Amino acid sequence: MIEIKNVSKWYGSFQVLNHCSTHVRKGEVVVVCGPSGSGKSTLIKTVNALEPFQKGEITVDGISVGDSKTDLPKLRAKIGMVFQNFELFPHMKITENLTIGQIKVLGRSPDEARERGLKMLDRVGLIDQMDKYPGQLSGGQQQRVAIARALSMDPIAMLFDEPTSALDPEMINEVLDVMVELAQEGMTMMCVTHEMGFARKVAHRVIFMDQGSIVEDATKDDFFGKPRSERAQQFLSKILHH
Amino acid sequence: MNLGIFIEQVPDGDGAWWEMLASGLGWTLGTAFFAWIMAFTLGSIVGVARTTDKPSLVRAGNAYVELFRNIPLIVQFFVWYFVVPGLVPAVKAWVVSLDPTEHQFVTSIVCLGLFTSARIAEQVRAGIQSLSHGQRDAGYAIGLTRPQTYRHVLLPMAYRIIIPPLTSEVMNLIKNTAVAYSIGLVELFFRTREMAEMTFRYFEAFAAATLIYMVIAMSANRVMALIERRVAVPGYIAGGK
Ligand SMILES: Nc1ncnc2c1ncn2[C@@H]1O[C@H](COP(=O)(O)OP(=O)(O)O)[C@@H](O)[C@H]1O
Ligand SMILES: [Mg+2]
Repeated sequence: MIEIKNVSKWYGSFQVLNHCSTHVRKGEVVVVCGPSGSGKSTLIKTVNALEPFQKGEITVDGISVGDSKTDLPKLRAKIGMVFQNFELFPHMKITENLTIGQIKVLGRSPDEARERGLKMLDRVGLIDQMDKYPGQLSGGQQQRVAIARALSMDPIAMLFDEPTSALDPEMINEVLDVMVELAQEGMTMMCVTHEMGFARKVAHRVIFMDQGSIVEDATKDDFFGKPRSERAQQFLSKILHH
Repeated sequence: MNLGIFIEQVPDGDGAWWEMLASGLGWTLGTAFFAWIMAFTLGSIVGVARTTDKPSLVRAGNAYVELFRNIPLIVQFFVWYFVVPGLVPAVKAWVVSLDPTEHQFVTSIVCLGLFTSARIAEQVRAGIQSLSHGQRDAGYAIGLTRPQTYRHVLLPMAYRIIIPPLTSEVMNLIKNTAVAYSIGLVELFFRTREMAEMTFRYFEAFAAATLIYMVIAMSANRVMALIERRVAVPGYIAGGK
């Protein structure tokens, strides 16, 4: 579904991605972890072309992301993305947040979009909040709406960039629960997260990044059993002791 | 103070002095109104251009702002009124087809519109850049195109955030219409001076003008405050990202 081949990216002379290669198969859940600044956000954003890259190739569902002829809005509409800071549109009601993409991008009728959006809102347990504005919801609720917004577009895969790092501890689980459910239903997911409980529960593979490189790309059992690199071991021991 | 002066007839004119001032007020408001529409439209376009990832657009937008911001307004009035028609034959041809008042009116709108647009462009740029980069990403991520992302995601919030500085720009624009007197537009300040000089009632004339300018500026302020309240986003914390 997602193929990343030898991707490199520079900011000026600073190399932020260094020959990264990996893949996410249909129905697979891949967790990406690594220290802050290691390039996780940059890598995941190259997948839906929010970040351009200079070298290598990425294909999503067979379509080349880096190809200048690719219709990027159309490609992005097929991939859901959830951000660290939720990024709901503050001036739109929850229902409008859920329908704008469906109406403007997929060309659905407002009624159809609303029906689909509310179904997804119900699924994340927030149907009673539909007429509120994002600023009136808690962080955890906003992130669940953000997930519902992405799901309303009927994506073929979902990208998560540290979806729980901006949340107060008591709200993390409500978001993780939604993600676990999604994973168990077979959604293709690439998740940047340090929630190792989540990784243990649903991930198929874990990728460890350091200084722009993919240092480790292992099945979940291998990764938690015996990380090969010293960096990954150190990293794991640090975050697991929290 | 002699309020009777306002109902005295203008020598060689038709109507009383109060009617002259009212007509001046009409030109002032007309100039401000059309200049605002022009300034808001152009300022938004230039402001948006300065926030794109196209270096050539950003540079062109920056140059535009610097040009109109750094030349004194009165100089710009003279350039548009006296210099530009001489430089551009097409403008010259058009201008001679207008009567003088029309020429002054159009020049004032264009000059104030461009001058104010540069200031609005600066506010629009700042407003868009005060939004988190993630908002733009979120728009793109659901498949919106760049224009759609500006239209539905970035600009609605940016405009809300810049209502206070836009209010000052509206008030500045109204006050700046008085500079149009320098090219002979018969707006409020022109008529006030005329009345003062012909009747020697400086106090009455300028007291009236002061009052009228204050009432317009305060009304503009109220209207903007009303708009601000109407479009306020429930639960949104100003400055929060
Ligand atoms: N726009 C940018 N310009 C320059 N450097 C950047 C930019 N964005 C990110 N970086 C740098 O790239 C590196 C990787 O960033 P990021 O992908 O956000 O890391 P992570 O998500 O793993 O914390 C960091 O060192 C960061 O400082
Ligand atoms: Mg990051």
